[in-house]
Amino acid sequence: MPEVRLFGGLRDAVDGAESVRVEGATIRELLQSLGREYPRIRERIGQGIAVSIDGVIYRDNWDQPIPEGAEVGLLLRIAGG
Amino acid sequence: MANDSKFTNQKFKLVGTRVMRPDGVDKVTGRARYGADASAPGQLVGAILRSPHAHATIRKIDTQKAEKLKGVKAVITSADLPDFTGGEGELYNVLENCMARGRALYDGHAVAAVAAVDAETARRALKLIKVDYKVLPHVTDVDEAMKPGAPVVQPVVKTKDKKAGPTNVANVTTYGHGDVDAGFGKADIIIEKSYKTEQVHQGYIEPHACLASVGPDGHGELWVTTQGPFAYRNWCATLLGMEMSQLKVTSSEIGGGFGGKTHVWIEPIALALSRKANRPVKLVMSREEVFRASGPTSPTSIDVRLGATRDGRIVAADAAMRYGNGAFPGIWGEVGAMAAWACYDIENVRSVGYEVLLNRPKVAAYRAPSAPMAAFAVESTVTLMAEALGMDPVEFRLKNAAREGTRASYGPTYGPIGIVPTLEAVKKHPHMRARLGKNQGRGVACGFWFNFGGQTCADLIIDVDGTVGLSVGTVDVGGARASLSLIAAEELGIPYEEVRCNIADTASLGHNDMTDGSRGTFSSGMATIFAARDAIEQLRVRAAKAWGIDVKNVSWKDGKAIAKGKRKSLTLKEIAEASPNTGGPISGHSQVVADGAGVSFASHICDVEVDPETGGTKVVRYTVVQDAGKAVHPDYVEGQFQGGAAQGIGWALNEEYVYGKDGRLQNPGFLDYRIPVCSDLPFIDTQILEIPNPNHPYGIRGVGETSIVPPLAAIANAVSDAAGVRMTHVPMSPPRVLAAIKASRAEKAPTG
Repeated sequence: MPEVRLFGGLRDAVDGAESVRVEGATIRELLQSLGREYPRIRERIGQGIAVSIDGVIYRDNWDQPIPEGAEVGLLLRIAGG
Repeated sequence: MANDSKFTNQKFKLVGTRVMRPDGVDKVTGRARYGADASAPGQLVGAILRSPHAHATIRKIDTQKAEKLKGVKAVITSADLPDFTGGEGELYNVLENCMARGRALYDGHAVAAVAAVDAETARRALKLIKVDYKVLPHVTDVDEAMKPGAPVVQPVVKTKDKKAGPTNVANVTTYGHGDVDAGFGKADIIIEKSYKTEQVHQGYIEPHACLASVGPDGHGELWVTTQGPFAYRNWCATLLGMEMSQLKVTSSEIGGGFGGKTHVWIEPIALALSRKANRPVKLVMSREEVFRASGPTSPTSIDVRLGATRDGRIVAADAAMRYGNGAFPGIWGEVGAMAAWACYDIENVRSVGYEVLLNRPKVAAYRAPSAPMAAFAVESTVTLMAEALGMDPVEFRLKNAAREGTRASYGPTYGPIGIVPTLEAVKKHPHMRARLGKNQGRGVACGFWFNFGGQTCADLIIDVDGTVGLSVGTVDVGGARASLSLIAAEELGIPYEEVRCNIADTASLGHNDMTDGSRGTFSSGMATIFAARDAIEQLRVRAAKAWGIDVKNVSWKDGKAIAKGKRKSLTLKEIAEASPNTGGPISGHSQVVADGAGVSFASHICDVEVDPETGGTKVVRYTVVQDAGKAVHPDYVEGQFQGGAAQGIGWALNEEYVYGKDGRLQNPGFLDYRIPVCSDLPFIDTQILEIPNPNHPYGIRGVGETSIVPPLAAIANAVSDAAGVRMTHVPMSPPRVLAAIKASRAEKAPTG
């Protein structure tokens, strides 16, 4: 069960926790688990978030596997100029 | 394997060469068509009436006289743009920003628009529209907007403490890790400083321009200067209640965007006018309108606190970052907070971003949005700390720089990154050993940007003569056609000149995300590689068919199909010529989510000369060192490095939105808002480093944005060195520098 660290304003959606543990072998499964256990985060996920796995940031590739023991983070979805 | 995005360290024949850009002749002869260069039969001219007030309630808009004027074919207000967005959220803000809905939120906010047979009639019609305003108190300064009792820009915005009532602080976000207070407890030296940066515009030379046409069947077309035709299509269709497939958007050549053409401003209005008039409508912003009513970047007010031990190790860092968002909530303070400390490995670090609403235009992205202001504050303080420690500023940065395995201040742990190599290159650069003259000073600063990949689609067609057409959906903002053609030619094994890259419209290719986040070459490069590999599969099948052998026994090398174990080969041209009888057209396609964009770092060196009598500053030497991952076309990588530095020089020294006490913009034109011209700039030297991105087949990282991040700080450090006084307010225009010098002299003068 990966530990998901949350950064910035996303912590508000999990009652201020810095990290939570949820099931998920892929990004899709992870986000589904998060949405089930922390319903307030669904709106943020719908607005667009990014997931970091071992330092690589994924925005839309929800099929990406999450390796055992990986560092996983949820953060703001950024584009640029 | 064909679509594996992992870096393979392949050896290149074409990638990395400096070929001629295919669009160059069109651009220097005037043949290239920009936003205002398209026309249509029966075309009308659009014009927009804008609020002269910074903040007002719109009690009534009377358009009757304008509608009766001969030659006027349509007049619209917000009543002609019904809300299809649900009444809240970012898209509603876009709708309200495009056309005021009962309230004007900044000087220049659109309140009505007309379409007429010519520009003169349109202008006369605007004068006949009568708007009854109730003027409200306004606020345009970030710090003033956060004070209790400040005029409230958006009454619906409240802090997390709902009981506190409406506020101009739309959001507060915190990044970082460790125990910052405990970290400061371990510090031998603590530096605290406050900084301000004024609002600036991207300053693209081509104004916003479009030609919109909506027919009676409800289908529409939009020719427009944009960084994202697909996003424009989606937003415009939604705002006008159209289905996306009903609207075709074609991007013109783009005369600069830098993030400012990632949002819609006039386009939904042009489409609404066309729909009402049943005629095509051309709408082009004047320069004044571009300044008043498109999307500049944030003004900021930032406090930084930095603690270090005597041996030169940073033990704690903290920043409070207040970013003006204009009249609508954004994420600019949060992005600044994320970027602030990204260059460094700090055990106890925090940054807090504030989104502050102002009676100014809606802020848009500007090249590495929010990062230059954060770097100005952080890198100025880092240099102050190096001075306080008696350390060389480059050595101090090297000692504290992030490395592979460092936990970034914004969360993730870095993979292979280039901050240390850029600093090592700066340390060795001849620029650092050059002697400084009288009144001259030197500054160094680092910068970071996230970069981004995104959803991307590419088509590659092989014509029967063996030449290749490549269609991509990211626009060519800086030589992308050349870079992507190089990549296609590299993969196929054919000459560069035999590939022609086309920027596709929204009806001809699958969705492509906005061309922003330095993603053009990274993501469309990846899609091009995969599309070419898809085409090669077809070419192998056709060769196998011609030889009557199994495709498994056909390989592809140097532009030829080769039969395994036999001395037979067919060139791409030969296979293409035979294609009508071997299965028809040959093409390759790819659709990818190009995640895994590698972060980018740069270190800059700047020498300036300050005139102590006038406060005027001249940049006398400038060097950019940046990690490109892989420079596909080095000329255009160097061009991006130089362009970012040039924009940063203008931002640092001259550019500034000046608002009067009445809340009106005082300098909406290039005479009074001074961007740098050639005579203001030295030759900007560049050094490309190539630390491969492990998540791209060629190792490519984005290069377009990072180069604007360090200049504000590098120049501030140089000016402070030359003038002998720390500069904390950008732009460092002559009056500000002179005032700082005089204040410093007064402070140092003996009293009594």
